[in-house]
Amino acid sequence: MQLKTSAMALLRRFALLLALLIVFNTPCKVAALEEDIAEEGYSKSTATETSSNVTTITTLPIVIWKWHHVETPYLVALWILTCWLCKLVCELNHSFTSVIPESGLLIMMGFILGGIVWGADKAQTFKLIPVNFFYYLLPQIVLDASYCMPNKLFFSNLGAILVHAIIGTCWNAGTVGVALWACYEWGAMGTLNIGPLQFLLFGALMSAVDPVAVIAVFEEVHVNEVLYILVFGESLLNDGVTVVLYNVFDAFVSLGGPKINAEEIIKGIISFFVVAFGGSFLGVVFAILISMLTRVTKNVQVIEAGFIIVLGYLSYLTAEMLSLSAILSITFCGVCCQKYVNANMDEKSVTTLRYSLKVLANGSETMIFVFLGVSAIDKNIWVWNTGFILLTILFIIVFRFMGVFFLNWLLNMNRLIPIDITDQIVMSYGGLRGAVAYGLAATLDEAKIPEKNLMLGTTLIVVYFTVVLQGITMKPFVQWLKVKKATISDLTLNGKINNRTFEHTLTAMEDICGRMGDNWWTRHWKNFEDKYVCWLLMKSNARKHNDNIFGAFHKLNLEDAKNYVTVGERKGSLAFIRNDDNASVDFKKKLALEYANGMPDMSDMSEYDFGIDNVPVTSGMKNQIPSVSLDIHEQDSKRMPDLNAHHLLEQHLYKSRSNNRPTYSRSHYKESENPDEMQEIFQRTMRSRLESFKSAKMGVKPSKKISKHPKKDSTHKPNGKPADPNRIYPYGDEDFEFSADSASSSEIAGNFRRRSTNAPAAGVENPAFIPEMDTSAPMRNPPWQTETAINTAVAPSQRAQGRLPWTPTNLRSACSTDSIAMANASADDEAPEEKPGKHNTRL
Amino acid sequence: MGSRASSLLREEDIEEIKKETGFSHSQITRLYSRFHSLDKGENGALSREDFQRIPELAINPLGDRIINAFFPEGEDQVNFRGFMRTLAHFRPVEDNEKNKVLTPGEPLNSRTNKLLFAFRLYDLDRDDKISRDELLQVLRMMVGVNISDEQLGSIADRTIQEADTNGDMCISFNEFTKVLEKVDVEQKMSIRFLH
Repeated sequence: MQLKTSAMALLRRFALLLALLIVFNTPCKVAALEEDIAEEGYSKSTATETSSNVTTITTLPIVIWKWHHVETPYLVALWILTCWLCKLVCELNHSFTSVIPESGLLIMMGFILGGIVWGADKAQTFKLIPVNFFYYLLPQIVLDASYCMPNKLFFSNLGAILVHAIIGTCWNAGTVGVALWACYEWGAMGTLNIGPLQFLLFGALMSAVDPVAVIAVFEEVHVNEVLYILVFGESLLNDGVTVVLYNVFDAFVSLGGPKINAEEIIKGIISFFVVAFGGSFLGVVFAILISMLTRVTKNVQVIEAGFIIVLGYLSYLTAEMLSLSAILSITFCGVCCQKYVNANMDEKSVTTLRYSLKVLANGSETMIFVFLGVSAIDKNIWVWNTGFILLTILFIIVFRFMGVFFLNWLLNMNRLIPIDITDQIVMSYGGLRGAVAYGLAATLDEAKIPEKNLMLGTTLIVVYFTVVLQGITMKPFVQWLKVKKATISDLTLNGKINNRTFEHTLTAMEDICGRMGDNWWTRHWKNFEDKYVCWLLMKSNARKHNDNIFGAFHKLNLEDAKNYVTVGERKGSLAFIRNDDNASVDFKKKLALEYANGMPDMSDMSEYDFGIDNVPVTSGMKNQIPSVSLDIHEQDSKRMPDLNAHHLLEQHLYKSRSNNRPTYSRSHYKESENPDEMQEIFQRTMRSRLESFKSAKMGVKPSKKISKHPKKDSTHKPNGKPADPNRIYPYGDEDFEFSADSASSSEIAGNFRRRSTNAPAAGVENPAFIPEMDTSAPMRNPPWQTETAINTAVAPSQRAQGRLPWTPTNLRSACSTDSIAMANASADDEAPEEKPGKHNTRL
Repeated sequence: MGSRASSLLREEDIEEIKKETGFSHSQITRLYSRFHSLDKGENGALSREDFQRIPELAINPLGDRIINAFFPEGEDQVNFRGFMRTLAHFRPVEDNEKNKVLTPGEPLNSRTNKLLFAFRLYDLDRDDKISRDELLQVLRMMVGVNISDEQLGSIADRTIQEADTNGDMCISFNEFTKVLEKVDVEQKMSIRFLH
């Protein structure tokens, strides 16, 4: 709760910062605002900059104000920052974004920003220009969407998606264009200088459906996956188809009405298919290239993820160069390479790729929406024509509904599970128009289309109308219609295995019935893929472990390991290693085994540490196949215990004051003072003083050990040893044996003791260890003291010692395997007793 | 061939099968012709060998299990009625069926029956429990050779652990239903029969 409020406070501060920034930004922008942000800023500014440089040098300047030098990149960066801060502001309050979709809010923020710019400049100096949109903002969005596309779902519904994307889009474009033209002829919009072809062109650009707002709603409401993939897939492919269609109509417009004959129309249709399928094919080719490339990038893991982004972008540009559909190209590139890339690359790189794509895509999305708002503040584009605008809105909605219903009716005749009526309504209603439509409208050539501004303005209005209004109503609508929700199923092995069983059963049934159904195709593709595609595109070891069931097993185990460790750490130092109830994995056995096998030269503490640290790390550390059998963990752990111990130590050792001085590091900056830490140390010290005071009263002499503690090398040990037999161990012979053990194996002990000088500290400093520390007196010795404490400490409070037989002190003295086993045993015995003590101290 | 086969089928048989399985008339005649073409012995019943002759089943990892599912316990012949009864498990659940009751009791394509079919694929000894060994056998059939026996063993352990609620280290049918609660069995265990 407190965390939340503090986070909120932080966000408020950010909002303030943003306000300041906007205020501060504007004069900056104003200063530079002769040029458009992207169009020609750079060349101009460099020109002015060089000229000014030449003239002003009279004496050696110490600092020069070189605004023009950095102007363009600086403005771009500032705008990116501003847009992202807008997103931050939008997300401040979740109750707000749950009513109005984020995209709508961003557009509104764009209005405000545009207003500020307008107020400062009295002209629209910044707007979204198509070149930037299509080359720098759109590709990563499409790549991200296609790369993160649920593959299996997409391909199993590919037919329906293609029907909607191709036929549906053509239908929308054609009908909207024709209907508008008919209304124009009928006289509904007064006199306009628009011919039928231009209307068709307008219809084409209006058919681009934008998924962002809808998908956000769908994800929030968890609509069923078929509906999700239909809308998502359709809108993704639809963008590509729209652009193709737009280009075809654009060519017709340039050709001019009279020259168009049957031949040209046929050519147009052919070009549509060539461009669309050619683009898709190119995408697949690039997907193959990427997959093959990732087979060999093992040695440059750092930039591995970058390859996919760059090659994806290249597939976009190549398609553009060949005048094929760029969007379709990058879409299919992402969808097809996904599986093989994920299998080939290291897990870390996959995560990196995913996140960087998300950053890029979300960033551009934000910018696009903000700029859609900013672009509105422009006097030139607002040519009002009520009839045209209202009819456009009416037609796009009506024809969308008609198209979706008709196509679904066709599809349902052949679907195993028909798309039901509520889903169809939502699909139709989800046809929001977005940035692609605007981008295309802005590309219109004013020479060919005299009413460009009217079209642009109308497009903007349609975008606002659909994104804001339909976006807001979408969620209540979905809830009101009671759209079938997705069943959120956890990953279970049973589910995975049975899915597989079901698949096999279904194909068998189809074979028995003697028909080639959907499962026939799936199965044959799978066979083909296993035989040839995987062989070509996957690394051999990735191929080996490319098993679904095993993958699920792997993931589940990793999750378990993480939970196990978290729970263990919460419970206290070493409790979780012996605690067998909360993990289904038999770590305990494995660890015990490891102890038994020895590594006698290794300090116990470091072993424990790896127990804590190693498990979550392995998934990332190991460069092996993603197999989770614990054996592999084990092998790994053998390599790494030391490393982990040190790592843990470094993290948790209290910093001494001298270390607290701020360090200047490029990568990170350590907080100099940790108030909690101070508090902790203080409390501990006070408690230990109190304890030693008590024990002094009881007649034991803690002073003895204090006097000894400065000697810390192992030569001191023999001195301590004679004392041992004399000491009384009231809590039984177990502990006696501990010390006997440590005595007998003093050579080994000497070995590990050196390491253990810092090892106990791990126990002391790790917050998880603190509860035990507090209950047992000897534990409270500072790190440098513990060594002597082992031999000489008198156990002032037997109860405490008895209660925690597995505390690091004991284990430290026990280097032979027997004693570990015993510590185990005693731990089990004492476990119930241990709990209340811990509880108390934690409170 | 098809017409001859359908002529062998009496109308009243069709009516009864229709009632029992919910298939349409044309589906039944279509499937009958398939049945007939599988029936190499021409004796109006299929034997295991008849099924095994289907080439695709030979490469289906669960092929033999599925063939077995067609045969009632102890028998090695299945007539058209039984054949249809098994296939009926895979008929998709249609919306209008939810309202009208065709047969008393649960229709063959209900969720429970679909699950029961899958369950029987594992349960070799028909003791209504999937033991670890039974599960291992099926897993071994379905996964490649890349996975070692130990790994497979731990997968099986884990799978049982996931489903097992009463701690007997077996999966009973109730547990099986429970663990697949969220899986859209109706959809995943249905195929499209031509009308």
